Amino acid sequence: MASTVETEHHAPAPAEPVRDGIWRRPLKNTGLVGFLTTVDHKKIGIGYAVGALFFLILGGIEALIIRAQLMYPEQEVISARTYNQLFTMHGTTMIFLAVMPLSAAFFNYIMPLQIGARDVAFPRMNALGLWCFLLGGVILNLSWFFPGGAPAIGWFAYAPLTDRQYSPEMGTDFWIMGLQILGIASLVGAFNFITTIVNMRAPGMSMMRLPLFTWMTLITSFLIILAFPAITIALIELMFDRHFGTYFFNVEGGGKPILWQHLFWIFGHPEVYILILPAMGIISEILPVFSRKPLFGYPLIVFSGAVIGFLGFAVWSHHMFTTGLGVVATTAFAFLTMLIAIPTGVKIFNWIGTMWGGRIRFTTPMLFSVGFIWMFMMGGFTGIMHSSPPVDAQQQDTYFVVAHFHYVLIGGSIFALFAGMYYWFPKVTGRLMDDFVGKIVFYLMFIGFNLAFFPMHILGMTGMPRRTHTYKSEMGWDQSNFWSTIGAFILGIGILIFVIQAIHAYYKGKKSPKDPWDSRTLEWDTESPPKEYNFPYTPVIHARDQVWEDKYGVEAKRMEKIAPGEHGIHMPDQSWWPLITSIGLFIACLGMVFHKQPVPMTSEAVFGLEIVIAGLLLTFYGIAAWALEGPGGFHLHPDPAEYADAMPAPEDDHGHH
Amino acid sequence: MSSHAATTDDPHAALAPLKKTSTGVENKKLAMWAFLASDCMFFGTLISTHLIYRKVYPTVVEPTEIFDIELTAFSSFILLMSSLLMALSVSAAHKGNIAGMRRFLLGTIFFGLIFLSGQVYEFNHFVRESGLTLSSSVFGSTFYVLTGTHGVHVALGVLWLSCWTACTLPKDWAWYTLKGRRFLWLPFRVVFAPMTGRYKHENALDVEVAGLYWHFVDVVWIVIFTAVYLVEYLPVFGF
Ligand code: HEM
Ligand SMILES: [Cu+2]
Repeated sequence: MASTVETEHHAPAPAEPVRDGIWRRPLKNTGLVGFLTTVDHKKIGIGYAVGALFFLILGGIEALIIRAQLMYPEQEVISARTYNQLFTMHGTTMIFLAVMPLSAAFFNYIMPLQIGARDVAFPRMNALGLWCFLLGGVILNLSWFFPGGAPAIGWFAYAPLTDRQYSPEMGTDFWIMGLQILGIASLVGAFNFITTIVNMRAPGMSMMRLPLFTWMTLITSFLIILAFPAITIALIELMFDRHFGTYFFNVEGGGKPILWQHLFWIFGHPEVYILILPAMGIISEILPVFSRKPLFGYPLIVFSGAVIGFLGFAVWSHHMFTTGLGVVATTAFAFLTMLIAIPTGVKIFNWIGTMWGGRIRFTTPMLFSVGFIWMFMMGGFTGIMHSSPPVDAQQQDTYFVVAHFHYVLIGGSIFALFAGMYYWFPKVTGRLMDDFVGKIVFYLMFIGFNLAFFPMHILGMTGMPRRTHTYKSEMGWDQSNFWSTIGAFILGIGILIFVIQAIHAYYKGKKSPKDPWDSRTLEWDTESPPKEYNFPYTPVIHARDQVWEDKYGVEAKRMEKIAPGEHGIHMPDQSWWPLITSIGLFIACLGMVFHKQPVPMTSEAVFGLEIVIAGLLLTFYGIAAWALEGPGGFHLHPDPAEYADAMPAPEDDHGHH
Repeated sequence: MSSHAATTDDPHAALAPLKKTSTGVENKKLAMWAFLASDCMFFGTLISTHLIYRKVYPTVVEPTEIFDIELTAFSSFILLMSSLLMALSVSAAHKGNIAGMRRFLLGTIFFGLIFLSGQVYEFNHFVRESGLTLSSSVFGSTFYVLTGTHGVHVALGVLWLSCWTACTLPKDWAWYTLKGRRFLWLPFRVVFAPMTGRYKHENALDVEVAGLYWHFVDVVWIVIFTAVYLVEYLPVFGF
């Protein structure tokens, strides 16, 4: 269906050609160029999702190798050093390259649709975030191919192990610079989402009408912009220690390794909420739809999300109870940590309240959501257990902790993200996923997950340390480890079937209508998949569950629609510069890794800061060209049939945003 | 949207469409505020690092013997005055007084450069005369990384304002005026010439946003000046 009757490009008047840099602005929005230069939040969201799933599989393979090594006592499937590299890369990959970007995929794709926006506030900056994410993942994993291999420092990279003296290889530098560029990706994304949610809501979409997922996007974005600086600076300090001989974490010159722990966890604890709040947002969208009831206690859920985010900055030292903080600090941090259980519990009761008395449909997304509530609670309970310092002293660095955080990360985040993928897949691709296969995936993942991780509680309580390459049979850990490995492989098979199912459904799935689940929020009012311009009209919102009210509500709460003005819908132009800017950053980061390091072929250090400077120059060039080129833009004219029931636009309207 | 606004001559009318957001605050301004909140945390982390380490091994360095407080106080004053000029630039920009804005921007840049020269001089001096380097002690590490990060902020600000100044120049200004002087001409030709002649009324917002950044960097300096320099002179905090 040709919805575009006429496109007019705002090309500069021929009399006065404007040089926009070395390339002309790309106009083709299909194919490889179309993807590399895209500024469309939907394509960017898909880019995030595909990248994140790739890294989920990579991190999963690393985990399975770990589990294969631990399947039987005293094995030597991999060496101890490789083992250390694997758990470091597994943890880092899962957190920064799988769960965070998968959440970002939903932020990108779903949030603008939920608030009725044309796109995010800064479409090109959004593209920069995607490229920085992908290139950051590349940098991190490039470490495998250089002398010394991947980092072996654990995902929280405690000093002084990261000192040049103890980790002389480049792996640690790859880790530092990879995380740095991933931080940029998260930060530019967060600035963009905050601006978008605060500023670009459709008329009538007040803050207390925002869908819950959008609320959690907003809170998560605030956590990102306030928490990431701590790790960025810590990484810079570590980089200086390793490359320029400073003493930030080095006792020789008066530095204190413990400072790293503080800085890392000031970031690290909010980070765990960055991983879980989007998941909670997804659950809060899905439960009402499949219970056919509005979300129970909407304001309470929003408010407790904000309280969790706020308290998240005041509990970091619960990761450091065993370092000897002193009685007062330990007591305070223990108390504040226990306090977080309250808003979390409030949310759980509200979700249960949502389902209570509803007409529940156990579709795949709903199964994952209910699974989330249960599994996340298990992880929450063990969390409350080690909020008590004496208990924590027993559990610190044992498999009990590994069990705890996988219950919140897999049973929590991953289950919710899978729920989200099953739920929004029809919207994104226009195809349905088979519910029966989906249920098989759920049960495989659910059973595999519990089999893999429940025994770890017991292993931990009987003293098995985490990050241990192998164990003696006399310890009595054989059985649990064996079954744990079996469970891990079942979980892996579940995820694999999901990927195959998704690819299959993308090509062969049944066509999906606009609103296949009988849903409640605005994204279900657009086509599946949505057109380039999202909505052919400006939605005027009159209720919280707008699409539900349109279907079943009273007349007064129905959505109104405003037709686009005579100019049509304003669209931003595509651009090369986000990609080029990110490549500049990528080169600068690589240059920092190679700074004064022996590179392959030579054993001599050949590079000073030349590559860094070259990379930064390219970055600046990219930014300057980006600014000079401007957002550009053209107008699209949707087929009038698409907004037949809309009111005409007011006089001064230049098309909506 | 911007292309429509560009056709009007009235600076206020040019800016009005940008305010058509849910809150009435322009997107760029809101994003800049969010960035500044984040930047507070960047500097907060660096300043805390410095303060935590301040009294570690005090015998190795005695900061008051290294500092040249008169010089630093002077350059701090200059930086503060640059904020005044920045405010005047923004005000001129909103009135559509482009020539005035350019003058004040040049003044801001000039003051920023004085501050930066002061810092370069200071760093050189500390390294040469007092032997304070990144790796002489943890004091050197925190001092240089903290004040250096601030210096980079000022330098980026100078670059940013220079770009806007270049935008207000007539098209290809650098080409004609500097042609005889190769050493000046080439860098200008490459860096700033593509920007000339691009300033439009709605860019007053961009100047204002750059101004927010500039003021923030100045305010941070007051904190750094207090926490790094002045504290060392207060008897209560000394040994
Ligand atoms: C296929 C599913 C997974 C399996 C079988 C698995 C298995 C493991 C195991 C056995 C360890 C402990 C290694 C050791 O301490 O010696 C571990 C560590 C870890 N895992 Fe997973 N994991 C899985 C998925 C995930 C996910 C989805 C995340 C995060 C979102 C995650 C985050 C972590 C982190 C942060 C560590 C700590 C790494 C370190 O000690 O530095 N894992 N994983
Ligand atoms: Cu924590």
